Amino acid sequence: MSDIQFWTFFFIILTFGIYIFIAWRSRVKDTKEFYVASQGVPTIANGAAVAADWMSAASFIGMAGLIAFLGSDGSVYLMGWTGGYVLLALLLAPYLRKWGKFTVPEFVGDRYSESVRIVAAVAAIVVSFTYVVGQMNGGGIVFSRFLGLNLTWGVVVAAAIIFFYAVLGGMKGITYTQVAQYSVLITAYLIPAVAVAQQTTGIPVPQISYGRILAELDALSVEFGLHEFTEAFAGRDGGQIDVFLVTASLMLGTAGLPHVIIRFYTTKTVRGARYSAFWALFFISLLYLTAPAVGAFTKLNLLQGVRGATVDQLPAWIETWGATGLVTVADGVNTIQSVSNDAASGADLIVNNDILVLASPEIGGLPAPIIGLMAAGGMAAAMSTAAGLLLVISSAASHDLYFRVIKKEGASEGQQMLVGRVAMAAAIVIAIFAGINPPAFVAQVVAFAFGLAASTFFPILLLGIFWKRANGVGATAGMLTGLIFTSTYMIYTLEVFGTGSNDHILGVSPEGIGAIGALVNFTVTIVVSKLTAPPSHEVQEMVESIRYPQQRKVGADV
Amino acid sequence: MADAAYESTPGGAPPDQDSSWRQRYWKKNLRLMIVLLAIWFTVSFGFGVLLIEPMNSIEILGFPLGLWFAQQGSIYTFVLIILVYALWMDRIDDEFGVSERNGDGERA
Repeated sequence: MSDIQFWTFFFIILTFGIYIFIAWRSRVKDTKEFYVASQGVPTIANGAAVAADWMSAASFIGMAGLIAFLGSDGSVYLMGWTGGYVLLALLLAPYLRKWGKFTVPEFVGDRYSESVRIVAAVAAIVVSFTYVVGQMNGGGIVFSRFLGLNLTWGVVVAAAIIFFYAVLGGMKGITYTQVAQYSVLITAYLIPAVAVAQQTTGIPVPQISYGRILAELDALSVEFGLHEFTEAFAGRDGGQIDVFLVTASLMLGTAGLPHVIIRFYTTKTVRGARYSAFWALFFISLLYLTAPAVGAFTKLNLLQGVRGATVDQLPAWIETWGATGLVTVADGVNTIQSVSNDAASGADLIVNNDILVLASPEIGGLPAPIIGLMAAGGMAAAMSTAAGLLLVISSAASHDLYFRVIKKEGASEGQQMLVGRVAMAAAIVIAIFAGINPPAFVAQVVAFAFGLAASTFFPILLLGIFWKRANGVGATAGMLTGLIFTSTYMIYTLEVFGTGSNDHILGVSPEGIGAIGALVNFTVTIVVSKLTAPPSHEVQEMVESIRYPQQRKVGADV
Repeated sequence: MADAAYESTPGGAPPDQDSSWRQRYWKKNLRLMIVLLAIWFTVSFGFGVLLIEPMNSIEILGFPLGLWFAQQGSIYTFVLIILVYALWMDRIDDEFGVSERNGDGERA
């Protein structure tokens, strides 16, 4: 066993043991604990759990690598995935918490109509499922690279552990496990970043010190046939319009994703929901502010490492990662003249975005324990997100569909819990199969999940809270047109749905179409609501009541 | 539901005769929200996307300023915006007597 394998086993077994212990301690008995942890989660803990839930395999493993190659335009992910929290904190979370139910479909069901609830429940399942498969796959990559297990067993082992604590502990178990997972993943992310920053610039604050290497990185990038890191609108073909729209879509999608919104139901009060959003973004920002620095440092070390080296003198990480097929050196190359992340580019060295973070300690020449910690961090990110998503799938399937549509009456607590757990177990089994053989659309999870959330959920949630006149007919029409508009453009531009890919219209990429879909949804919901009867008096009263945290106390004089 | 139980407490608050406080409360909330969203838009879409190229001509600690806003400054601002919103809403809640800090007890 190599040093790296030893340390990986060490950290993975240690952290998995902690998660299982926490899950056992917080196992639950009733549905309120199962779905919203009895609304008794302290604010800071809830914030850390939201952060772990939010930061998926894509944030941990993929994002810095993407930024390394996108350069300046990597900001679409940084701003998009954090800016959405501002919308969530100011426009949605406190009001949805005041509403006080378990799920997003439940809110729209009460606020609009039963048909909106069903559409929302189905959309929540589809979005969450796409996302969960990506996590299974990310977990599998970690296992197969660091432990030498094959990908199938990697996915099965990760899923078995998630199954154990999600089914046993429900939201309560998931929340406290996620707090532990956040600690693991942020430590694993920051330690190598600080070490590399110190080693390269002498300043151990990566967020500040990566400014120092930008000029050198720009020059090296050009030398290897890449665009400058600092040049705006060079990384995405659509230029400024596309950067604008992708940022907007990711923000609106973030604010509309069911597995994020559901977390604000777990706080004790409306005030707690506001502070939870703050802590969540605070914890998230620690990773997101570091990611561009990790991207820049890793790219610099990578390019410096291969510069002028003949093929037999290349750094060792190229060979070890070459075994995964994610790093390839072109045949017949003597010294590396060009580098790319795009397999079709014909460059001498092709490096897949997804390995840059996991390989960054090796590329930077850091010791084996740090590499093992990195693997545990990647697993924590994948598992915490998967667990949160599985809970959404389970609650939408059992709480919003089964007990509302099929078996309307007479379900005891015990039955509801059983159906919730069975739905979760079924989702995990399907996710294992899909994680081993990912359907093609999973590669487009960003475009798909965020575009869908932005164009379906966000507008009707916002209007549902701020505009009393919005009604069920309007919301149904808005959601469906938003959905059809957005998915039609995705099918038109992406190859993955079995159709050919066409050129982007006006440079708008499929990741950016969700923002326009949201506008379509807003317009349709408003126009149709205006043309049809207003919602009932009771519904309007409910909308009014969620604007105030609680009844006024006697004697309060203003 | 905790809220419902609170509202139906016997001898609790009588229904409000004067609901004008609600309108004033809501208006203050909206005004705060709009100011903060304007800042949100300016630092991200303004500095980080629309004006990034002219701003890049200024350089601080090696960072072109537009790039810094796009990758760092906007995120710092977002965190601050949410904190300011939570703190300010506490003040508004106190002013109108709808604070949740006491009442059902939790300092959530």
